[in-house]
Amino acid sequence: MTETTTRVRSIGLHVPMVDGPEKVSGRAKYTADLVPVGALAGRIFRSSCSHAEIISLDTSAALKLPGVMAIVTGADCDTTFGVLPIAATEYPLARVRIRYQGEPVAAVAAVDDATAKKALSLIKLKVRELPAYLTPEAATAKDAIDLHEKRPGNIEREADYELGDVTAGFAKADLVREQTFTTSEVCQAHMEPHAAIAEFDPVRSRLTVHCTTQVPYYVHLMLARCLKMDKSQIRVVKPQLGGGFGARTEALNVELICALLAKKAGGTVRLLISREETFLTSRCRPQSWLRMKIGLTKEGQITAAELETIQRGGAYSGYGIVTILYAGALLYGLYDLPSVKFLGKRILTNTPPSGAMRGHGTVKTRFAFEALLDSMARELDLDPFTVRRANLLKAPTFTKNDLMVNSYGLAECLDWTEKASGWKIKKGKLEKGRGIGMACSHYISGAAKPVNWTGEPHATINLKLDFDGSVVVLTGAAEIGQGSSTILVQCVAEVLGLDLSRIRIVAGDSEVTPKDNGSYSSRVTFMVGNAAVEAARNLKTVLVTAAARELGVKPEDIEVLGEIYRAASQDKGLSYDQVVAAALKDSGTIMVKGTFTTPLEAQGGKAYRGAAVGATMGFSYAAQVVEVSVDEETGQVTVEKVWAAHDCGKALNRLTVEGQIQGSVWMGMGQALSEEVVYHPKSGLPLTASLLDYRVPTIKDSPPIECHIVESNDPNGPFGAKEAGEGSLAAFIPAFTNAIEDAIGIRFTDLPVTPDKIFAAMEKRKRATGKL
Amino acid sequence: MKKIVKFTLNGQPHVGAVADNILLIDYLRGMGLTGTKTGCDGGECGACTVLINDQPALACLTLAPTVQGARVETIESQSRGGGLSDIQLGFHHKLGSQCGFCTPGFIMAAEGLLRRNPQPNDEEIREALGSNICRCTGYVKIIEAVKWAAKERGRGVR
Repeated sequence: MTETTTRVRSIGLHVPMVDGPEKVSGRAKYTADLVPVGALAGRIFRSSCSHAEIISLDTSAALKLPGVMAIVTGADCDTTFGVLPIAATEYPLARVRIRYQGEPVAAVAAVDDATAKKALSLIKLKVRELPAYLTPEAATAKDAIDLHEKRPGNIEREADYELGDVTAGFAKADLVREQTFTTSEVCQAHMEPHAAIAEFDPVRSRLTVHCTTQVPYYVHLMLARCLKMDKSQIRVVKPQLGGGFGARTEALNVELICALLAKKAGGTVRLLISREETFLTSRCRPQSWLRMKIGLTKEGQITAAELETIQRGGAYSGYGIVTILYAGALLYGLYDLPSVKFLGKRILTNTPPSGAMRGHGTVKTRFAFEALLDSMARELDLDPFTVRRANLLKAPTFTKNDLMVNSYGLAECLDWTEKASGWKIKKGKLEKGRGIGMACSHYISGAAKPVNWTGEPHATINLKLDFDGSVVVLTGAAEIGQGSSTILVQCVAEVLGLDLSRIRIVAGDSEVTPKDNGSYSSRVTFMVGNAAVEAARNLKTVLVTAAARELGVKPEDIEVLGEIYRAASQDKGLSYDQVVAAALKDSGTIMVKGTFTTPLEAQGGKAYRGAAVGATMGFSYAAQVVEVSVDEETGQVTVEKVWAAHDCGKALNRLTVEGQIQGSVWMGMGQALSEEVVYHPKSGLPLTASLLDYRVPTIKDSPPIECHIVESNDPNGPFGAKEAGEGSLAAFIPAFTNAIEDAIGIRFTDLPVTPDKIFAAMEKRKRATGKL
Repeated sequence: MKKIVKFTLNGQPHVGAVADNILLIDYLRGMGLTGTKTGCDGGECGACTVLINDQPALACLTLAPTVQGARVETIESQSRGGGLSDIQLGFHHKLGSQCGFCTPGFIMAAEGLLRRNPQPNDEEIREALGSNICRCTGYVKIIEAVKWAAKERGRGVR
């Protein structure tokens, strides 16, 4: 027996992921890697027009094809789905109306993929085409017909608020400026395409679904709803997942269609979605138009801010209402804003439904805000760092829209980025064509009020301890590559003082793991982490009680040193195995639980309709400096280096926190530089539904990213931790356009800032100055 | 039409009846070698990178019958005796892998690189991995992982 006489620690260290060996060896099983014997191959028949009424759908020839086992159409499901209970507007398969190009109309299950593919070619769809509204302007034109019955004028949601006296605020300012910005639709483009395997057991009328999701619980609810099955007869398993970034934070038609096919075929169906189809089923960050207005004193203090924004929401609601509310709510939380006015509109259009992407709702707002602030600082001859420092919050506080801020490391983020980047010697002084820019951002650590409000705790963890001495963490939290399983194992190990090897984790199987809302809004470390800490404390109490009884002392006299439980320093004590055996004597296998619930005061106020959106237990903070070079002949822009500071409260795992910061900065870079979802302006045909046409930066385009972790030790986070995986994304984009202005003196307000836009702007300037 | 194709697969002689039109990726995955991933509709992402005669190749753009007589290596060949290779350890320890879906392709491309250039600099690594897409890491830690592996290999550790 090896005796550890010190507690083993992992919190705060560089800890490789607990599921790393499986991933690097190729042994990790993703959904498409599961091949159940006898599984049928599924295929989806999609609409080739953007807006139409279905006149007839003839599947008879396809059904007669030998090897075709089932065909489902809109007639097989008359129930809508949607992540927001107030906005479930979508059918798994179109019924009566088709609202975007690529919308599923029918699906086939056949003995093999070739047969399924052939069957699709035999399906005959007759439609009456309707005008396709591909832009918010077209969808809200006077004569436009409504996409949905209950959304007059194609307005998904209008949101507005005014807090503080904005008119007085602007009157008090020394400088008021207004600027419009446009941002393209961008896609998560996670590396693993969507897939689902549905197994219907006709004997027991039970359904098992393995699928690519960040939210197995929401999928479970939607399966029950659309298949009209009792929830208890459904099991949802999330295998290893190849990324999400928000694309799979709601149930998608993929898993619903697969289950409908399996039920109709009375068997197992494997539905693999192509990359092209994945692009159409991605719930992208919406294309947006923004008008930002800010008032500043000559010292750089913000007196008022006003944002008007319009988002192209796509054909169905999805998270749309939440997205537009976030765009307004998260104006707050970063700086001290005395008065703010917000006007937001989410418009329904005949494009694939948009949704939640990493940094949900705040990225475009932050781009406009930080870019305008930079221009205004220049005009007032103030350093951009000085302007930020003039507007810092003082934690603990509540913002005017009732967002709770308990820890605030923005000042330290600013200090580090300024120093590490050599800002003072570089700003405005770099060689021609080279520039430097900075910006800040923040993000929530989990939505304090979940979209599906049940009154239950926000997170639940079960721990199982058995005869073998291993502690098994049971969680519904979806490991999507962000490292949630590693963090939860670390939390449990830390409390018990055990080596990570003692802890195992089972995640995302509704048959054995407790319900979890899923991996979105950066909620897992904060909420599920807290639940894991509580569960581990409860388990420790059980073990200490058993050790005390065994040693004949009081529990409060027990000292736990790694795997030794002892009563006094001279005592040899009991080994962990002996303590476990003693604890099991009475009860047999031990199951303990830990939960976490956000307190009412964290759940947002009622300052305006929808004010609960944006509320969180803690915000992460980020500051970034970006250095670029622009080739003044070609317009080619190169990001030379990024300095990124991020306040995550406490880095539970420095390795994965760095990975999250670098990944978010880089994803922001893609949106800033090259990523853009484009539809044909007349037909609505998706023009960028491949990884060649949708330009994700490659390793050759990607800069070194130097990270600095700031630890503000949030009073409510597990060990002080807050969000790490989203907050740094938004700062990159304005820091980048600010850097370009520093490099070539031109301000870009339309994303992405591609070389052709830079080239055109430089040519225009040459003409204007007669230097061509 | 199927034809008999003989090649070396992960160091072992392999004989298979292969349809004319089957892609190498589907053939490999059909055998249960699911470490090689399908991330796109053909030649977009690099997730299916394998080595054919030591050269990185996209299994999704290779017809299976064309590997007749060749040496084919997949990610499964890296885990010698169940352990992890230097590149795999590098990706694990340095967090070159987050969601892991692109990882097998990156590791095979990196293996190809280290065979032709055992001590690559940053630019050479960027060049060699330029056709593989990762959506999680921003590539920073992938470069660190490959450099770590090159160092280990240079010291004779595998």
